[in-house]
Parts: sequence; structure tokens; C-alpha cells
Amino acid sequence: MPISPDAVGTVLPSISMDMERGRLAQFARATGQRDPIYSDLDAAKNAGHPDIPVPPTFLFAIEMESPNPFAFATELGIDLKYVLHGEQRFDYHRMAYAGERLTATSTITDIYSKRGGALEFVVKTTAVTDEAGKPVADLTGVIVVRNPGVGS
Amino acid sequence: MTLTVGAELPALSIPPISRSTLALFAGASGDVNPIHLDHELAQAAGMPDVFAQGMLSMAYLARLLTDLFPQDRLRSYGVRFAAITPVKGEPTCTATVTSIDEVDGEKRATLALVVTLADGTTTLTGDAVVAL
Repeated sequence: MPISPDAVGTVLPSISMDMERGRLAQFARATGQRDPIYSDLDAAKNAGHPDIPVPPTFLFAIEMESPNPFAFATELGIDLKYVLHGEQRFDYHRMAYAGERLTATSTITDIYSKRGGALEFVVKTTAVTDEAGKPVADLTGVIVVRNPGVGS
Repeated sequence: MTLTVGAELPALSIPPISRSTLALFAGASGDVNPIHLDHELAQAAGMPDVFAQGMLSMAYLARLLTDLFPQDRLRSYGVRFAAITPVKGEPTCTATVTSIDEVDGEKRATLALVVTLADGTTTLTGDAVVAL
């Protein structure tokens, strides 16, 4: 069944996450990061940073802290087996650092289909804000739902 | 760094992605989708094997960006995921300057980003805007 466009405008529950040095160091190791500012506090401070920087794509992890990050999709009747991450975008307002608590608030901003419904797209925009409510970054994610046997 | 339109920036080559890297990245990124970790589950979903998280490739490309520019210069960064990266894939991240403009009183470069595997498959395309 096609995804109902009625969900456009739905605001999802906000998720907050502490930016922890250890977790950022783990992310640096997992991504083969060789620049020590992303894992070592002294290196970060020597480079003029107040703490270890949150790297550009780590902000995506805030949404993943939710007990079920894809609940919004299952609530739309989407079978997660057929879901792909189509696009991801970050628009930055400022850098964030270890020690901050950041909050992600997502809104479903578009739902559309292509190829006669064989592919459906759900667009989610996420505002990441700091403890003062000021913007840190805006994220835009597009998930693609394949509907085998539908359309052309 | 002085940039000109059309300039190709130094590429970043990643060694073959191991299964343990996928597990480390799952924990670090919070993306614990088992399709990236569980061989049997991946096969049940019709895949020959587990494959890398798309956000892992996006993080590699971000390393290329922060290797070249201080992170506070990064204004925006977006990608389209074009193909999956199989386990043991060897991504190469590249960036080419496509335009240099004056926006909001600062000089900004737009970069076209591509990640390819050793067999030539393009797995990611994208763009980034950096303040110069």
C-alpha cells in the first residue's frame, strides 16, 4: 500500500545525547581517523579547540540513540527489509564539542514516489540544537523504500 | 590553501574494510542494523554477504574534508548513496572544486565528492561547501 502523504509535517519525539569523549574516540578509531584532535584532548586543545570536536557526520548518531530509530518508518507501514538510506545532508551552524548535550528534533517533510510507485521516498529534516536551544546543524535524510512488483 | 575551479584535491584511500571495522562502526555510530553485521541475516535478505554502513563511507569522505580544511570552515556536506560497499571493499574518496563564490560576505568553494571502489563502482556522490 502506498505511504500516505498525510504524515508530512509529523514532528517526531526529540532525542538528547551527551557528546562523550570516549564515544568520539571510538568513532575516530572506527573511521580510521588519523588526526589526533578527534580522539586526544591534549591534541585538540593544542590545536585551539575547547575539547574534542564532534566530527561532521557524528551528529547523525543522536537520532540513532532513540530506542527504535526507525519507528517512524514502521508507523508509516514501511517494511524495513526494503528500506535503503538514499541521501544524507548536513548544514552546519557551528562546531560542537565533547561535553555538550545536543538535542535532535526531526520532522517528516516530504513523501513522494517514482517509477509508478516502485520506489517511495520519505524525507526527514532534523534540527540539532544545543542546551540553549541554539542551532548547531540541520540534517536532511532521505530513505528509499523499494516496492518489488509495483509499478515499472 | 589556494583553490582554483577544476582542481582535484588529494584523494583519500581506505584499506579494505574488515568485518571488525563494521562492528566497531556500528557501536560508534549507533547504527546497529544487523544487515551490516550478521552474515546469515544478510543472506536471508538476498545479499551475498554483509556490507558496509553508508554512513561509514560518508565518514571517510568527511575525513578527506577535515584533512584539507579546518572543520569550522565546513558549511554544508551532503551525499547520495549510489551503491553498496561490500565487506573488503576499498573506497577511494575524491574531491574536485566545481565553483568558488562569494556568499554572505565570505569566499566559499563548492566541491564535488565521489567515492569509488577498486573495481570502479561509484558508491557515493555528493557535495560540500567550505569557506576559504
